[in-house]
Amino acid sequence: MEVCNCIEPQWPADELLMKYQYISDFFIAIAYFSIPLELIYFVKKSAVFPYRWVLVQFGAFIVLCGATHLINLWTFTTHSRTVALVMTTAKVLTAVVSCATALMLVHIIPDLLSVKTRELFLKNKAAELDREMGLIRTQEETGRHVRMLTHEIRSTLDRHTILKTTLVELGRTLALEECALWMPTRTGLELQLSYTLRHQHPVEYTVPIQLPVINQVFGTSRAVKISPNSPVARLRPVSGKYMLGEVVAVRVPLLHLSNFQINDWPELSTKRYALMVLMLPSDSARQWHVHELELVEVVADQVAVALSHAAILEESMRARDLLMEQNVALDLARREAETAIRARNDFLAVMNHEMCTPMHAIIALSSLLQETELTPEQRLMVETILKSSNLLATLMNDVLDLSRLEDGSLQLELGTFNLHTLFREVLNLIKPIAVVKKLPITLNLAPDLPEFVVGDEKRLMQIILNIVGNAVKFSKQGSISVTALVTKSDTRAADFFVVPTGSHFYLRVKVKDSGAGINPQDIPKLFTKFAQTQSLATRSSGGSGLGLAISKRFVNLMEGNIWIESDGLGKGCTAIFDVKLGISERPNESKQSGIPKVPAIPRHSNFTGLKVLVMDENGVSRMVTEGLLVHLGCEVTTVSSNEECLGVVSHEHKVVFMDVCLPGVENYQIALRIHEKFTKQRHQRPLLVALTGNTDKSTKEKCMSFGLDGVLLKPVSLDNMRDVLSDLLECRVLYEGM
Amino acid sequence: MDALISQLQRQFRDYTISLYQQGFLDDQFTELKKLQDDGSPDFVAEVLTLFFEDCVKLISNMARALDKTTGTVDFSQVGASVHQLKGSSSSVGAKRVKALCVSFKEYCEAKNYEGCVRCLQQVDIEYKALKTKLQDMFNLEKQIIQAGGRVPQVDIN
Repeated sequence: MEVCNCIEPQWPADELLMKYQYISDFFIAIAYFSIPLELIYFVKKSAVFPYRWVLVQFGAFIVLCGATHLINLWTFTTHSRTVALVMTTAKVLTAVVSCATALMLVHIIPDLLSVKTRELFLKNKAAELDREMGLIRTQEETGRHVRMLTHEIRSTLDRHTILKTTLVELGRTLALEECALWMPTRTGLELQLSYTLRHQHPVEYTVPIQLPVINQVFGTSRAVKISPNSPVARLRPVSGKYMLGEVVAVRVPLLHLSNFQINDWPELSTKRYALMVLMLPSDSARQWHVHELELVEVVADQVAVALSHAAILEESMRARDLLMEQNVALDLARREAETAIRARNDFLAVMNHEMCTPMHAIIALSSLLQETELTPEQRLMVETILKSSNLLATLMNDVLDLSRLEDGSLQLELGTFNLHTLFREVLNLIKPIAVVKKLPITLNLAPDLPEFVVGDEKRLMQIILNIVGNAVKFSKQGSISVTALVTKSDTRAADFFVVPTGSHFYLRVKVKDSGAGINPQDIPKLFTKFAQTQSLATRSSGGSGLGLAISKRFVNLMEGNIWIESDGLGKGCTAIFDVKLGISERPNESKQSGIPKVPAIPRHSNFTGLKVLVMDENGVSRMVTEGLLVHLGCEVTTVSSNEECLGVVSHEHKVVFMDVCLPGVENYQIALRIHEKFTKQRHQRPLLVALTGNTDKSTKEKCMSFGLDGVLLKPVSLDNMRDVLSDLLECRVLYEGM
Repeated sequence: MDALISQLQRQFRDYTISLYQQGFLDDQFTELKKLQDDGSPDFVAEVLTLFFEDCVKLISNMARALDKTTGTVDFSQVGASVHQLKGSSSSVGAKRVKALCVSFKEYCEAKNYEGCVRCLQQVDIEYKALKTKLQDMFNLEKQIIQAGGRVPQVDIN
């Protein structure tokens, strides 16, 4: 008998049960084989998976289990020993691996669980951060709104725009239901509702300023939450809302200009505030957040600054407008004054001339009449006529002089003259009258009085004559003495310090009379025009009263001073004046100009041999100009056309006279061409002078633009040409010959 | 002889003054006289001769230009001649001639034919009158010099 190595199953083969076991084992095996496959597939899909080797272990365990179950399929029927062996090996391996896996899992599973908790934690954190970021964003948004608002406020200088913009922007930024601004009234006792955002308000809606809630708000620079029922917040129509929104109020300092001291910045200790009230929407359960309050405070400050800027600007604009108006008015006034003065001067000049002419005729003819044969009565009449007309002529001259003196248009005519002779002349003029009145006149001239002096002879004589004349006029008896001396130091007025400077000295003249004298009170009035002391004795002496006024003006012009001293009525008086005169070095100097105007540059008066070129198309003019220059000693070459001129001109010619009478610019071209010819030797170029018949500005400008050195008006006189040549040769340019 | 000389001198002075007063001459003529000296004793006479020759030439130019029979009138040419005459007359001090030239020029610029013709006739008359007067003055001078006297300087102012 063969020994069968087969293993007999323990139990008899029960058909149905065995079938079910068979099938189950089969499916279990499949499942067990497919699980690792799935695992591998999904792990490969995911990027990260720690514990790979755990997976391997687990996979191995599963595979072996599957293998075990698979091999089990063969053990349901009679099977050989090998199968049993394999089965056993598989089972053993499976046991080993599964034990190992079990042990591993003890370590692994807590880790895996903790991963899960960490994930949950991170998710929570992320949610929290999201919330916070949302909050920050809103804050930043409001911050941006504030900046924009500030920018808007500060970019305008109009009060209303500032305030309106503030309210609008605040309303928008903070989503307010209502925003209102209360401004203090002029009296400062009430707050008036000035601006609201949404609701219309009745005009002149005021609240007294002393309410406790208002004081509370004004007392701090922070935004203060106030009750929605306070008078300042009761702006909305009461509409039975469930819950009124929260209200916040903040003060807005109104800086006044007078608060700004130059040396210290204002401490915001102003007394005037405006009140800004902000209301959140009702029924919204919104609350004022801290950052919103801060925003409101910042805005209030900015508004204060912007308002003060606007106020300052308004002030300065107003001041500027005022100044401009004043300026215009002043300008107008000045022009009117100038016109008036000019009109008056013209009038005076004309009238004077008109009046003088017949006057001179009368005087001249009367004098002539005096020379003829007359009866004594006729002679007397003619003498009276002459005297009266002389007086009238003097009067007219005086008036003209005075008016010219007053607007400063009179200028002294300086010349050299003999001072001693002047005094003697004056005395000679006065002597006849004095002799008639039996008043001896004595003249004392100081020994150090210069003989030849520089000054306005005519006017000085007028002054002395006037004073001495007055002395004689107002004295009935006694004597008159005239003293002239050089004064060195101040004796009289403190504000008039006399210092002899260099070639000047101060002449003092004292005229003492023993006449009626003057009341010291009347002395100041003496020098005002047309005023006369009204004592009866002097009434009949005639005169216009202008004399002293004019003398005073002249003395002032001569940088001097004049005054009268008197000891009282009946005690005579002394008239004293100082004037500044120049000392003349050369006693023989001619009367023309005492003070040389120009420093001693030797003026060319000898033009002998001076080579000049004359270009003129007109033969007669050419001949005349040539004759003129020849007479002055020049060597003259004449040409009659531009081309000839160019051909002839050379460096030997010092001056070229060219006639430019013809209209057009052809004549001026010659100047340019001469310039061209001499570009190389600039310094040898002759001077170019145009002779023209008209003197207007355009001709002058044309000449200058074409490079001419001078312009002369034709016809030229001899003296003119002489002067012109001197000036030209000295300065190399002449544009005053017109 | 002296009486004759002084009489002639007085005549000369009065005549010269009358010429100025009647407007025949002006200050430029005085200036011209100043230029006459020992170096150029006949300066004034030379200048005046040249001037009168110029007058004749210019007047005939203008007459030709204003002659309608030769075609259209060229006012620019007339104007140029008038300009020349004005320059010459102002250089010698012929006051009336110069004044006429000024109005003549205006007529030329306005192209006023009748005005130009009238002015031309007047200029002709004037310069001839002036020539006669100056000739008389020169004759007086010659008489004075022949009589052994000196021609007086006449101060117009």
